[in-house]
Amino acid sequence: MTGSILFEAIVFLLGAIICVSIAKRLGLSSVLGYLLAGVLIGPYVLGFIGKEGEDILHFAEFGVVMMLFLIGLEIEPKNFWKMRKTIVGMGGLQVAGTMLLSYFLFILFGFDWKVSLTFAMAVALSSTAIALQTIKEKGLLNTTFGQSSFSILLFQDIIVIFMLGMLPLLANTSSVSLENNDGHTSLLQNLPLGLQTLSILVSVVAIIIAGKYLIVPMLRKVAKTGVRELLIAAALLIVFGISLLMELVGLSPALGAFLGGVVLSNSEFKHELESTLEPFKNLLLGLFFMAVGASINFIVIAKSPLTVGGILVAVIVLKAVILFITGAVFKLKLNQRMLLTFSLAQVGEFAFVLLSFAFSLNILEQSQMDIMLVVTALTMTITPIIGMINERVLLPRLGTKESIKRPMDHIAKSQKVILVGFGHYGSTIGRFLRTHGVEATILDHDSNRVDFLRKMGFNVYYGDATRADLLKSAGIADANILICAMDNPDVIKQLAKMVKSKYPKVKLMVRAKNRYAAYEFLNMEIDHIYRDSLETSLKLASEVLSQMGFRKYTLQRQIKNFIKYDEDSLRRLAKEGKIGDDNYIFKARKELEQQEKLLEQDFKRGIVEFDGHWDAEQIRKSLDDSSF
Amino acid sequence: MKKILILFSHPKFEKSRANSILVDKIKDKEGVTFCDLYERYPDFNIDVEAEKELLTAHDIIIWHHPFYWYSCPPLMKQWIDMVLEFGWAYGPNGNALNTKKCLNVITTGGTRALYCEKGTNSFSVTEFLRPFEQTANLCGMRYLPPFTIMGTHKIEDKELHDYADKYDKLIGLLQQGLKLADVGNFSFLNDIPQLNT
Repeated sequence: MTGSILFEAIVFLLGAIICVSIAKRLGLSSVLGYLLAGVLIGPYVLGFIGKEGEDILHFAEFGVVMMLFLIGLEIEPKNFWKMRKTIVGMGGLQVAGTMLLSYFLFILFGFDWKVSLTFAMAVALSSTAIALQTIKEKGLLNTTFGQSSFSILLFQDIIVIFMLGMLPLLANTSSVSLENNDGHTSLLQNLPLGLQTLSILVSVVAIIIAGKYLIVPMLRKVAKTGVRELLIAAALLIVFGISLLMELVGLSPALGAFLGGVVLSNSEFKHELESTLEPFKNLLLGLFFMAVGASINFIVIAKSPLTVGGILVAVIVLKAVILFITGAVFKLKLNQRMLLTFSLAQVGEFAFVLLSFAFSLNILEQSQMDIMLVVTALTMTITPIIGMINERVLLPRLGTKESIKRPMDHIAKSQKVILVGFGHYGSTIGRFLRTHGVEATILDHDSNRVDFLRKMGFNVYYGDATRADLLKSAGIADANILICAMDNPDVIKQLAKMVKSKYPKVKLMVRAKNRYAAYEFLNMEIDHIYRDSLETSLKLASEVLSQMGFRKYTLQRQIKNFIKYDEDSLRRLAKEGKIGDDNYIFKARKELEQQEKLLEQDFKRGIVEFDGHWDAEQIRKSLDDSSF
Repeated sequence: MKKILILFSHPKFEKSRANSILVDKIKDKEGVTFCDLYERYPDFNIDVEAEKELLTAHDIIIWHHPFYWYSCPPLMKQWIDMVLEFGWAYGPNGNALNTKKCLNVITTGGTRALYCEKGTNSFSVTEFLRPFEQTANLCGMRYLPPFTIMGTHKIEDKELHDYADKYDKLIGLLQQGLKLADVGNFSFLNDIPQLNT
């Protein structure tokens, strides 16, 4: 029954829809849902998908490339430069440590040194797809642990190039059969090492220059045509192009895509590219995870359960230990270290590439490769489960606890305020409340920050505020006010939705990053909305006018008028143009339309006359035409 | 029953013992609209239209405030500047407030004895209140003598509660239509016989 493309597509889509929605309902990461869906539809359970799973795997790896491109878009070049020490330091330590330990491990398991070295290389790499997807899904990319994970993964992306370059040196050159080779050689393979390095450098520089002088002008031209799908085509073209170039010179396409993203992060097309590629990325990644699930070879497991089980446990423990030590060396807090440990403890998708390349070089035998492939797929499935256990069971007991008992010594006890998000925005709120003796209960997901705040005597809970149980332990049930001050409007939306349905008595006071976030909150019937972009911009504009000679008090009153006017139009426009959650493609266009409407209204309103108060001229005018 | 609007101005209400006792007594009284100006307009940006509507809907306006530097707190002056518009409250066609009554209810730190030619303050409360009296006059309102709580620095709580009861009783009288003619020659509403029986 397998074989028809339509049938396969239906199997994958159904599997994804059913398993991921179940996983989400249980509060698990979507990655786990996809992986289990893959196992289910794979050859050993339901048997819908057979050997072609591997081809799908290779195709779907492209999702990882897109993800890296999108992450690159969010990192501006100067921030990237700042991370260089963490990337090399943490990444280097993790890869070197894991390789060394696992090499001896595999020797112990009785493999010869070449095989052991190959395995060691494969094991040292973690799964960018699983780790980053999980981290992003929880909105933790900006925490200490998120940044550390990201740095390590980036380093692995770079080091994998050298690993692929080293493998042929391990091969017994006389017996290399290139027929076995499935395309992992590059144009440069036969060049001397110096020239290879040179061309790698040249291609990196080429990406940077092309980004600035080729891609951006091209996007401008495309945008001018006003044909939406051309922009989608252009976005895909960029990613494909970079990947091809990278493969030609033997670099990892993911790394190239990441660089391309960084280069474009300053361009005006940043958000356009993001919203265009996001759905492709999500689908491909989903497909990738399912393919991994489907590739778990249960026959190999059945044949040598002890070897597979032993290696599996040993590999995870070993990786975890090294990650834990790396975290300690770089002074991560215990709980951030735990998160890092479990998020990167799996063997990653690069292992598939390395192993099959080594097999084609005759370094590995078929059975050795099979065992290791199974182990890789299994670690990818198991680590998200361990990570979940870590978050639910271990972390609450260890290090930064979700809550501590602290005597409340202030009068403000009777009115309970919860403040979620203690970044730049939230901390100002918290500080001001505190100067009034109001000790808000603070929720934040950066434990380094949490620990610091605790030292300062704040009542802080650590963790993801969208988790119902955490909110409950923070005392949402008898809270009067919940302040949402997080950066990410989507996370706020999720939290607000939950609180609104479960705790309708709690008053929600919500930060809106911009107008569009405000529209969505208004449409959710949240009344207390505070826009980042309103007061401060008006303050600046009024200072400009003041510099030009307008009187300050009049300007100050005009600001108030403008805010009222803007608030009214916000409420009106929110009703007119509801922006759906899921409609990425139309979102940007809709937003543009609303901006247009807004400016049109301003234009109709014209230059606002100052009102008549304290205006002697107006009285004089009326006195002229009356006998008063 | 006449409708009463109390426009209350106090920049630091939370620290005013006298005013909290007075306000607690009368703010929820039936037929009384209590309007806390500093709470409504913390940024002095008065909603003129809303205030005009409030005025229109009431028969008697009470300016209730502490007596700072022989006058009202700044927000109340802002209120007068902005709400009593030319062409609405006064001037040509400015007759929106005609036939309404108006008075000040004030708290002062100094005693009544200090407010006379020989006292530290040189002038009487009536004289200090002339600008308000004339403001009311210009708007066509009938201005009543003030109700005062004086010497608040030294008054005991018990006495303040007596004042509050008297304030409450006064509002009752006003609601029943106390007229300027009923007041006679008294300079303070505190002294009228109707309140002291």
